[in-house]
Amino acid sequence: MFAYVSRRLIQSIFVMLTVSLLAFAMFRFVGDPMAVMVGQETSIEDQERLREQLGLNDPVIQQYGRFITNMLTGEFGFSYRTRQPIGEMLLERAPATIELGIVSLLISLIVGIPAGIYTALRNDGFLSQTILITTLIGISIPTFVIGIFLIYLFGVQLGWLPTFGRGEVTEIGWWKSSFFSLKGLEALILPAITLGIYQLTLTMRLVRSEMQDVLNTDFIKFAVARGINYRSIHYHHALRNSMVPVITIIGLQFGGVIAFSIVTESVFQWPGMGLLFLESIRYVDIPVMAVYLVIIALVFVVINLIVDMLYFAIDPRVRLQPEAG
Amino acid sequence: MLEAWRRIKIENEFIYLFLNNRVAQLAALVAIVFILGALLAPLIAPSNPYDLSTFDILDSFTPPAWSEGGNPQFIIGTDDQGRDLLSSIMYGMRLSLIIGVLSVAFAAIFGTAIGVAAGYLGGRFDTIVMRIADVQLSLPAILTALLVDGIARGLLPREQHEDLLLVVLSLAIGLSLWVNFARTARASTFVERNKEYVQAAEIIGLHPIRIMLVVILPNILSPLLVIGTVDLAVAILLEATLSFLGVGVPPNQPSLGTLIRIGTEYIFSGEWWIVIFPSFALIILIISINILGDFFRAYLNPRLR
Repeated sequence: MFAYVSRRLIQSIFVMLTVSLLAFAMFRFVGDPMAVMVGQETSIEDQERLREQLGLNDPVIQQYGRFITNMLTGEFGFSYRTRQPIGEMLLERAPATIELGIVSLLISLIVGIPAGIYTALRNDGFLSQTILITTLIGISIPTFVIGIFLIYLFGVQLGWLPTFGRGEVTEIGWWKSSFFSLKGLEALILPAITLGIYQLTLTMRLVRSEMQDVLNTDFIKFAVARGINYRSIHYHHALRNSMVPVITIIGLQFGGVIAFSIVTESVFQWPGMGLLFLESIRYVDIPVMAVYLVIIALVFVVINLIVDMLYFAIDPRVRLQPEAG
Repeated sequence: MLEAWRRIKIENEFIYLFLNNRVAQLAALVAIVFILGALLAPLIAPSNPYDLSTFDILDSFTPPAWSEGGNPQFIIGTDDQGRDLLSSIMYGMRLSLIIGVLSVAFAAIFGTAIGVAAGYLGGRFDTIVMRIADVQLSLPAILTALLVDGIARGLLPREQHEDLLLVVLSLAIGLSLWVNFARTARASTFVERNKEYVQAAEIIGLHPIRIMLVVILPNILSPLLVIGTVDLAVAILLEATLSFLGVGVPPNQPSLGTLIRIGTEYIFSGEWWIVIFPSFALIILIISINILGDFFRAYLNPRLR
């Protein structure tokens, strides 16, 4: 257990170091930080003094060390564009993205897992085939087009749901939540479906193929031969053994949700972190890009760690193989 | 002649499978029509959407020809500038395809070179490169492409960035897709490396670079071809997404994504055709490329049939 966990931890730290090196290189070498901070009329001496003050003349290694210390202590610096502290900007935007991500992940799991099980068990049924063809088309339609179609159908033609922004938010301390008002929930529906559909098709297809694989194994055949009823075989033996990969899916999907939230937030003008990142690219706001990169990488690494730990808890095969992984 | 064709039809597995697969035939037909239409756009498109003198703002927001107020001159209507939508889509698809092919070519060359080298040389190089690939694989492609695009914007002055836009976009998309090629090439090279013909080449003293390029590479091409087809669809989607987000190609040279972006501004006022037709063009293109990719995969991997 200890060896397994510590090896995973070391790997994670290596990933974070690589990403932070990349972020630091962006921050330090893409465009001169000085040129952005000072105006035309700042004298050379003043510039030199500021350069010294900011430590831009120190050896690069030392600057990198300071960059990491700053990141660890939450000193993210200031945005070139708005001059606000980046930490504050992110904290203000994070709840919108997190709530959107959680709801769409829930949609994808609550619909995707049962649909996957159903299509695996009734492979040739009419409904199964319909579901499968629908998901094939779903994979080919880009997220933003799905969003636009939903806006056109439910927002413009039917006029049922709001199509941009968060509607009404309830403030709980600094956390602004959509969950506690009808208007907020209404505004959440279309973006969450848009973000969830692609993940849903992935979940469904993976659960289906995983379940089919397990159903073909010898122990299922043996269970059939023993005369155990099918209900028990399907939901007890097969489903349980298909669940390990499903945990990986959930972990991987979190990444997908974060990445595609950039697109969805842009379509629905959802004021989250993705929209902030997009604006920072459009205005070449390098510090915001660098910090976003580090934070996203951290989220990925933490999720992967949790997934690995869950493996350990759920699948005895991982526990019994000390060399695995 | 006819006799020869009849024999090919039965003996050549690829052609046999293709002739018995209606869906793949349809997809190939659609893809060929789209690609020809896009490549020949300057010759056959009704008008040139880049040339300001060929369109008139008075024609703007003309609905499709079959609906009320339509003009037979503009079969599927015009956009906010009065540009013929069909011509815009043809030119846009041209741009989308060019960027898609360029970025897949870049990803294929870069990824395959690294993958073959890692698989053949092994050792520390292999470990480091594949670790980097793992890190990148955990980041979704769209994020990588956005980051590379953002960094390029920071490094290049504004005017230069617009001139190099095609290259920058292809690089950004290519850099987010190379990992697939590298991993596949590495795995295949690993298998080939220990076969006798490679050992023979080593014994007669061929240079390692020659072994990798001339001896091994031709034998691992087919799985890479499948990845290339699938990634072409992914690259076109990525380009469309970047352009839709407003960080791709500029509005005066619209790609399909830009057209959809422009169109979304008018769905609330009822000009649905400006967004619907480019979206359909994009979706149909992607679906047909994906179907062809599946067909290639099934052909190369009989277990899937």
